Amino acid sequence: MRGARWLLLKDLQILRRSPLQAVLLVAYPILIAVLVGFAISRGPEDPRVAFLNEVPPNTRINVGGAELPKANVKKQVCERVECVFVKDRAEAEERVESGDVLAALILPANLVNRINSLSTLTPGVPEVEVLVNEENAVKAELVDDRITTLLAEANLRIARRIGNEGGRYLGLIVNGGQFQVLGETVPILGLRTAARILEQVTPALPPKLRPALAEVTEFASQARDNLDVAKPLIDRLAQPIAVNKVVVGGDSPPLEIFAIAVAATLTLAFIVVLLVAGSLALEREENAFPRLTRGLVSGGALLGEKVLLGVVVGLVVTLLMLFGMQVFSPLDLGRVPLWLLAIFFSAGALGAAGAALGAAAREVRAVSLLAFMVTLPVAFLSLVPSGAVGPGVFDAIRLFTALFPFKPALQAITAALDEAGPGIGGPLAHLAVLFVAYLAIARLALRRFATV
Amino acid sequence: MRATGVVKRFGEREALKGVSFEAGAGELVAIIGPNGAGKTTLLSILAGIAKPDAGEVGGDGGAVGWVPQQAALYRRLTVEENLLLFARLEGHEDPRASVEEMLELTGLRERRGEIVARLSGGNQQRINIAIGLLSQPAVLLLDEPSVGLDPRQRARLWEFVSSLAGGGTTVIFSTHDIQEAERYGGRVLVLADGESLFDGSAEELREAVRSEAPESADRDFETAFVAYLQHRGH
Repeated sequence: MRGARWLLLKDLQILRRSPLQAVLLVAYPILIAVLVGFAISRGPEDPRVAFLNEVPPNTRINVGGAELPKANVKKQVCERVECVFVKDRAEAEERVESGDVLAALILPANLVNRINSLSTLTPGVPEVEVLVNEENAVKAELVDDRITTLLAEANLRIARRIGNEGGRYLGLIVNGGQFQVLGETVPILGLRTAARILEQVTPALPPKLRPALAEVTEFASQARDNLDVAKPLIDRLAQPIAVNKVVVGGDSPPLEIFAIAVAATLTLAFIVVLLVAGSLALEREENAFPRLTRGLVSGGALLGEKVLLGVVVGLVVTLLMLFGMQVFSPLDLGRVPLWLLAIFFSAGALGAAGAALGAAAREVRAVSLLAFMVTLPVAFLSLVPSGAVGPGVFDAIRLFTALFPFKPALQAITAALDEAGPGIGGPLAHLAVLFVAYLAIARLALRRFATV
Repeated sequence: MRATGVVKRFGEREALKGVSFEAGAGELVAIIGPNGAGKTTLLSILAGIAKPDAGEVGGDGGAVGWVPQQAALYRRLTVEENLLLFARLEGHEDPRASVEEMLELTGLRERRGEIVARLSGGNQQRINIAIGLLSQPAVLLLDEPSVGLDPRQRARLWEFVSSLAGGGTTVIFSTHDIQEAERYGGRVLVLADGESLFDGSAEELREAVRSEAPESADRDFETAFVAYLQHRGH
């Protein structure tokens, strides 16, 4: 390993003397850290939606002749999106077409009248109008999702308001009370009081009238009891199905920790795989490989030196990135030893994989392309969650990604960052196995392809 | 340096068919032959980079320096950094002293701090050879050392190599330049299709041609060499 020390020094000298590579090695993690940092610290931005309310002021939803309290639709909508108030339909269209807003929501003048018609014999269909510019599929999907959610929430609120009013009227019928009509207060007796009065007057009536009155009393009691049950039913009508979320498996880390772990692992994977594969291929591109392996260094020492180079650079760059993330999302610095352990094992396995690629290629450009072609899809597949694809496909993805160090590296780094997450032992053992396997493949490839 | 019955196969093709030869201390041996004759393969086996399928290669135990055809250098390092790296890898006790010695030998002292990629092909080849000499070899193997050099650079290269042979180093080189082989090779080894056809001086090869094609023997050495090959079906 004496020679490996000098080779490592030489590789660092070459790295330092390649300004583009050196800048990329420093700039890439900083850029990723800043992007991820902004993304996790700012949260999703509210989409800009043009809002045109053509409903005449002071128009109220009317149920059974009684006006409901003001729904305040504008406030409800503008809490969820950034409202851009427009004066007319033409301005709304212009803003949507220009891309200034994601969509336009128009409440037509007859909206409330149509809602009110629902409780008449000639019900209309209340409609709101949504203007969209579906210039691409992603935007169209986003608008559909947002608008559907917005309208579902609005419908739910109106239904609840109607339910509440209905429940209040039922309460008046059952328990009695006072009711405002045309500015006058009308007392309502209520079924409960009616039944009580009937029971009190029954003894004073002639015996032949008592059975008939008993039937009326019985009806009042039954109606009271059943209408009592009706109120919770009306309440549930607005949202018949409630959600009760129970977590039964998977200790998922907080989203910001997961985002940091993904960014760190991607950075580590690309830097280590490209650097190790590229520096090994460079030995052959510079024709130095046969000269070196003619007794100056063994093939094993050469591979070890390249993996060590990847580990050293990967460790520095990933730590730089994680400390950079501190600005946006505080990380537990007490876990730095675990970070080091996770990065060390991850960089080792990724470096061994890079060595296997580099040993099979003769040119730096070819191996760089190969490294990208392997790392990118593996990273992408490693992020596919269970349930997102069919069970058979997911099993295949799980098997495939287990053969590459990206996924266990992501698991190890996530575990190192997240105190409440799963243990780090499993991923580290996985990485150790992959390290040995890829190093063996690299040695074979070196023997097979490195002949003169 | 001795090679006895060396055979090398690449799949079905036999690149070397039992080649034998010997070179003594201070000798300059030129290996010539058409493309695909097996020159680079033979040098690679003598250098220990490739293993023969049959036959033996050996010497008196001294180090064997190898200078590949394409400069085996790190182009992003300086002249001095390249020499220092290989001196360290060779395990020299005082690598910096060895670097100074090589800079003196190659005449590149003034350009020690220059990045190798910015040097001319001739100067790169001089460093390539200097690295081959860092092992202080008893035998130096050069694979087409003058390829890509202009006449002035070539003359300086051969002056340098001849001085090494003059100091007792056995130099075995391959070349496509037949005039160069005649001028600098004390002995010529002719290979064709993996077979050793001739081993002797350039003058002895002319003599051999004279009896077969007298009109070619007294013209330039390249004409004599081509006639020699043609008479043997190559």
